[in-house]
Amino acid sequence: MDTIYALATARGKSGVSVVRVSGSRAFEAGRLLAGGLPEARRAGLRILRGSDGSVIDHALVLSFAEGESFTGEPVVEFHLHGSMAIVRAILGELSGMSGLRGAEAGEFSRRALLNNRLDLAQVEGLGDLINAETETQRKQALRIFSGELGAGVENWRKDLLRAKALLEATIDFADEEVPVDVHPEARELLKGVRIDLDAQIAGAQAAERIRDGFEIAILGAPNIGKSTLLNCLAKRDAAITSDVAGTTRDIIEVRMDLHGLPVTFLDTAGLRVAEDSVEEIGIARTRERAALADLRIFLVGKAGEQPDMTPEAQDIIVAGKADLAQAEEGVSGLTGRGVPSLLERVASVLEDRAAGAGIAVAERHRAAMAAAAAAIGNAEAELDYGEDRVDLAAGRLNEAIAALESLVGRIDAEQVLDEVFARFCIGK
Amino acid sequence: MKQSDFDVIVVGGGHAGVEAAHAAHRIGARTALVTLNFEGIGAMSCNPAIGGLGKGHLVREVDAMDGVMGRAADRAGIQFRLLNRRKGPAVQGPRAQADRSLYRRTVQEAVENAGNVALLLGEAVDLILESGRITGVELASGERIASRSVVLTAGTFLRGVIHIGENHRSGGRWGDPPSVRLADRIADLGLPLGRLKTGTPPRLDGRSIDWDAVEMQPGDDVPELFSFMSEGVSARQVSCGITRTNSRTHDIIASNLARSAMYGGRIDGVGPRYCPSIEDKVVRFEEKPSHQVFLEPEGLDTHTVYPNGISTSLPEDVQEAYVRTITGLERAKILQPGYAIEYDYVDPRALAASLELKEVPGLYFAGQINGTTGYEEAAGQGLVAGINAALAAKGREPYFFSRTESYIGVMIDDLITCGVNEPYRMFTSRAEYRLSLRADNADQRLTPAGEKIGCVSSARAEAFSAKADALADGKAQLSANEYTPKMLRDAGLSVREDGKKRTPFELLAFPDVTYDDLIPLDANLGNLPRLVRDQLAKDALYANYIRRQDDQVDAVRRDEAVPIPPDFSFSGLPGLSNELQDKLARIQPRSLAQAARIEGMTPAALTLVLATLKQLDRKKSA
Repeated sequence: MDTIYALATARGKSGVSVVRVSGSRAFEAGRLLAGGLPEARRAGLRILRGSDGSVIDHALVLSFAEGESFTGEPVVEFHLHGSMAIVRAILGELSGMSGLRGAEAGEFSRRALLNNRLDLAQVEGLGDLINAETETQRKQALRIFSGELGAGVENWRKDLLRAKALLEATIDFADEEVPVDVHPEARELLKGVRIDLDAQIAGAQAAERIRDGFEIAILGAPNIGKSTLLNCLAKRDAAITSDVAGTTRDIIEVRMDLHGLPVTFLDTAGLRVAEDSVEEIGIARTRERAALADLRIFLVGKAGEQPDMTPEAQDIIVAGKADLAQAEEGVSGLTGRGVPSLLERVASVLEDRAAGAGIAVAERHRAAMAAAAAAIGNAEAELDYGEDRVDLAAGRLNEAIAALESLVGRIDAEQVLDEVFARFCIGK
Repeated sequence: MKQSDFDVIVVGGGHAGVEAAHAAHRIGARTALVTLNFEGIGAMSCNPAIGGLGKGHLVREVDAMDGVMGRAADRAGIQFRLLNRRKGPAVQGPRAQADRSLYRRTVQEAVENAGNVALLLGEAVDLILESGRITGVELASGERIASRSVVLTAGTFLRGVIHIGENHRSGGRWGDPPSVRLADRIADLGLPLGRLKTGTPPRLDGRSIDWDAVEMQPGDDVPELFSFMSEGVSARQVSCGITRTNSRTHDIIASNLARSAMYGGRIDGVGPRYCPSIEDKVVRFEEKPSHQVFLEPEGLDTHTVYPNGISTSLPEDVQEAYVRTITGLERAKILQPGYAIEYDYVDPRALAASLELKEVPGLYFAGQINGTTGYEEAAGQGLVAGINAALAAKGREPYFFSRTESYIGVMIDDLITCGVNEPYRMFTSRAEYRLSLRADNADQRLTPAGEKIGCVSSARAEAFSAKADALADGKAQLSANEYTPKMLRDAGLSVREDGKKRTPFELLAFPDVTYDDLIPLDANLGNLPRLVRDQLAKDALYANYIRRQDDQVDAVRRDEAVPIPPDFSFSGLPGLSNELQDKLARIQPRSLAQAARIEGMTPAALTLVLATLKQLDRKKSA
């Protein structure tokens, strides 16, 4: 069985988020992320790193041996800091590992059932769970597949079905009069779907942000007015502000609706050389977290000044405490000066990004599309070798279709045959 | 309880009946084969060929379980061709033209020599039931024969109607009466019935064909046989002819469509799309100027020729007129006109995976009665029904063929889960695990199971065991050493400089590496027998795929191991849509795997079914 993973706690901001991995490759995946696993059933603090070596989070890691877990399979749990950015980064890492895939609705429970790990009460409670999931799935499917997007998916479905029918016709009806070379047409169809998938994968990040929210980090030197700006945005005292530099040591978040887009502003510890070890941790976390955010607003002393962290394209640099500076430009949380135009700028950047969103609204969809695009690429490569590997090309195409099943629905043998018989005059 | 005369009664001596009776015999069941006449046993009532794509796989699988069809086809084969020879071994299908009478004689000998099979000539007209369970059959003579299991292989004989143009009459096959009483009896059982049709072309006198005017197609130089036990061909080999229809042919057909039984509205049954009549081809593919016609000799000592590709239900005079427009057939004499036949079939969703009727314990259905077409499909089902009828009669556990292990399993699962809406024929594209279910490894997949059930002779078991040992040794040799890209390049092999060490077995999966390329690496590899090399090369080609596929296969097997009791109620399960509840209630799947294959099933719905099953288990054991 595949090894599966999913966020086990509710989506969105919370104190702790738990990502659970279950299956034969769970320990292997855990070791890849955490370097090493603590003894089974003991919590251990580990640094989780991405495949490129970058630090993603400091997390409690737990492992459960086969037969001693919720599902009955080897299980690893990551208790992460409850940030959507961190969860996304971890799920992204897991999706890139071979033999791992996102769990289907109810799949952990299903494995627990198969392995007799649930008691009767839990089994009885499962009905509700499934109702909830199916209703959610229905609504989501409806939303995704209505309108334009639905038409796009329908086209992929048609093209994959047709490409498969072309390949199968040359296999199953070899002694019939199938037009000599249908491979160029099959190739065109596959290439078209692959290009579309690649575009969707690129837009997946934006789509996910539309669902879960964009994160915007407010950065700058201590006492530059970050918390005051945040309070202004929140119109309440979310972050403790005082005149003592370095007050905000942890990260404070404010969620708001910006032109219909869900946005989370993060107030962070000031960027400076820390004076105590607690602040040092705060600053390190600020830098990591800021790097994972979708956009950064750097508050600087005066216009034209450069922040001490390298901004990325589209990041915003603006002078803080504009109430004191009496400058033309700048922003002040205290007076609200410059805030509307700052928000306009943020909104316009985010709207641009949101426009690139496609139908891959969940990480699971993105991972499925990436797997399908890779399989289609492999099918095309097999076709390059020629006729004698058409069975392998068809096998790759099956993998692609299986990966996309959650989007395009099942394409079964009978539908392929329908297409073959409609297309070619088969039969002696 | 009354002493049974037999363990198993098989009704019908076609391809399904023969395999059923022979399989029951091999398992040691006292078996009776009831058939109208001895000569009908092993008759090929349609085209004189065995095997093909998907079908050749079925024959190999029947053979791997020690069935009759493969050996009979090898004995009677007069032209052998491996289809898709230039493609991968997973999609190659052995096919042979067979001498009709030689095939029939070989099959009849096999039945006569089967020590546990008694031949009963007569018409089975009724099924004897006692408190809902089958206890025997009644013959037209009034004789009642008792048995523990009954396998019914009635072919197209249930309310069969033959159509030639505007004429039609009752008949199960050319020259044979239909089984009307038995059909009434089956109707009484309240089983869901459907109606299908199929057609045949006119048979021609080979002496009236101008063979010089048509293209000739010989068999393969090295014939690919069906049976793992056959040593070589025994009959003289011949060629088939290939000719084509033309615009004149099509004009005659088009202007006489109203006189065709199928187009005149006299047939309600659904015909197979992969085997359309010439009327269908002309109408549906109007733009095609010409269609192929294969001229297949029916045997070595007959002049009858089967023109494959022009099946029809037009009147005789039209048949003669259009046949004579075809190159080479200008003076062709029709020996027997083509006809269409309509017949009843039982919706196979009424069957369990053992092919036992869910509603009537002890009664098994196999072959065309289940909505399939083709000798090979019939033989595969006969094997399944015969094995299970015998096992049940002996009080043993049933044996289920899994779709992860065989085309037979794919076919049975398709039939009992999805039913049919045209005559069901096997294609390789129906098998999702096609790359591992190959004709070349049918013995590796099934013979060990056959030995366990007890349906494989000791001669075959020994031959298989020797082959399995040789393959294991060969694989060990091919996997013993690893080579770096540099070592490989020194030996003349071009591989990517990726620093990865590879075994010769892994190298065989590369598109441009042949077995002979490996010998410079290790001279010992040159000592492996040809058969072992060829087989291992095929295994290696797909090894990577099959490894990736194993997770899926495991999941299916796990679900297959979760039975759903026959009385499980799907209605009222919270969280299942009404549509899905109806579907499940109608099909009444017997395992979680079967439920999973029902159209519209979601992972969540499947979890719900599983949860409810677990709940029932607990209640039972509480």
